[in-house]
Amino acid sequence: MFRDATLIAGKDLRVELRSKVTLQQVAPFAILVLILFGVALDPDRGILTRASAGLFWVAVLLCGLLAIQRAFTIEAADGGRDALRLSGLDPAGIFLGKAAAIFVQLAALEGVLAIGVVVMYGTAVTGVVLLLATCLAATAGLAAAGTLYGVLAAGLRVRETLLPILLLPVLAPVLIGATKAFEAALGGAAADGWPWCGLLVTFALLYTTFGTLAFGPLLEES
Amino acid sequence: MTAPHAAPPGRATTSSRGTRVLGALTLAGLVLLLGYALVWSPADIVQKDSVRLMYVHVPTAILAFTACFITTVASAMWLRRRSEGWWVLGGAAAEVGLVFTGICLVTGSIWGRPTWGTYWDWDPRITSTTLLFILLVGYLALRRIDNETGDAAQRGMRGAIVGLLLFPNVMIVHYSVDWWRSLHQKATITRLDPTIEGTMLFTLMLGIVVFGLLFTWLLVHRFRVGWLEERVGATGLDQALVERRAEAGVGVPAGGSA
Repeated sequence: MFRDATLIAGKDLRVELRSKVTLQQVAPFAILVLILFGVALDPDRGILTRASAGLFWVAVLLCGLLAIQRAFTIEAADGGRDALRLSGLDPAGIFLGKAAAIFVQLAALEGVLAIGVVVMYGTAVTGVVLLLATCLAATAGLAAAGTLYGVLAAGLRVRETLLPILLLPVLAPVLIGATKAFEAALGGAAADGWPWCGLLVTFALLYTTFGTLAFGPLLEES
Repeated sequence: MTAPHAAPPGRATTSSRGTRVLGALTLAGLVLLLGYALVWSPADIVQKDSVRLMYVHVPTAILAFTACFITTVASAMWLRRRSEGWWVLGGAAAEVGLVFTGICLVTGSIWGRPTWGTYWDWDPRITSTTLLFILLVGYLALRRIDNETGDAAQRGMRGAIVGLLLFPNVMIVHYSVDWWRSLHQKATITRLDPTIEGTMLFTLMLGIVVFGLLFTWLLVHRFRVGWLEERVGATGLDQALVERRAEAGVGVPAGGSA
């Protein structure tokens, strides 16, 4: 299973390295979102700095949607989906591999966004350990749930419009947990943030487990 | 009523003796509930007359959650048995549940205006119920697309997986939102008086029973309509096949193989 996962993750990341869609389209979009927040919320730094935790994670969610759509668009072309089905790879491995590739891309995007928030919103970074742990857990949850719902919507004509309405309400707990944990870390009260980090870990574990189990039938029958 | 073609036996109605009795009971119950809710139960000391909304609001909230639970169970059963009935039940419950969630949100909002002075407050209940509403809309949107495209097995799997996750998602969202807001406002105005008794308690219980009946009645009818829709789809395909064969039969010269 893990060997298959590595293969799939490697393939997706190689496709990304060669096509550079995330780098050239999604990453600039991430910065654009930060600028739009700045314009909407009056660059009087007070609001932006205070809200930076929430704005950061909303931006991650929006970029995440694009990354997830992209992960399944590459399978749609040239019958990639059928090839995956016929490949004989373990479906659980395919799920974990695709989730891992999305995880890596999201983590990179979060890096870009973090720099953007620090530079443009003037956010002072404190509680680095909690920040990193939150990023890891939240990104794992986003990637797992995103991969599961991504493959659900993948074969459909209306996938671009359907995926957000299916996925975003499901990700509401991740947004809440990650924002609260970030606020705690940035507010210098890291101890308050760890329980939220626990929520994120639980969410990630739940969706990884469920996705591993459900991906086989989904890939076969949709 | 005469059916346009003879293939599906039965009448063009979704009612039966059972549902007519249930419908009559529901109607009588609603009249009784109106009497209790508007006339015979007293106004609350704090909330005044707006407390009467509770007799609609609380039952619809309970039934909205029940509907999600039914959808999840039906999806799980579909995954086990792959029978059409479970698929139809999942959609019927979600659709009726969506209506009840809507009523719950609207009554809550109307109640909030005199009580909190605003239609919308970032109260955990409102926030999570709104997310529940959107979860249901998403699930139904997916089912609709599935109904338009793909064969029965394909559409069933996607809908079933999202349906299966519906209730767990509702629970996760519910508790995380609860936890989120409880940090901000320790002392929310309690929705229900902790000591509700006498006529008010009876009216609330009556409301739960009557709306439960209404829910069941709607669910049964929606299920039957859904079931008929499936039949129409299947019959339509069969009929089209018969017609095409007939056309081919006309076109093929006598003695030619079909």
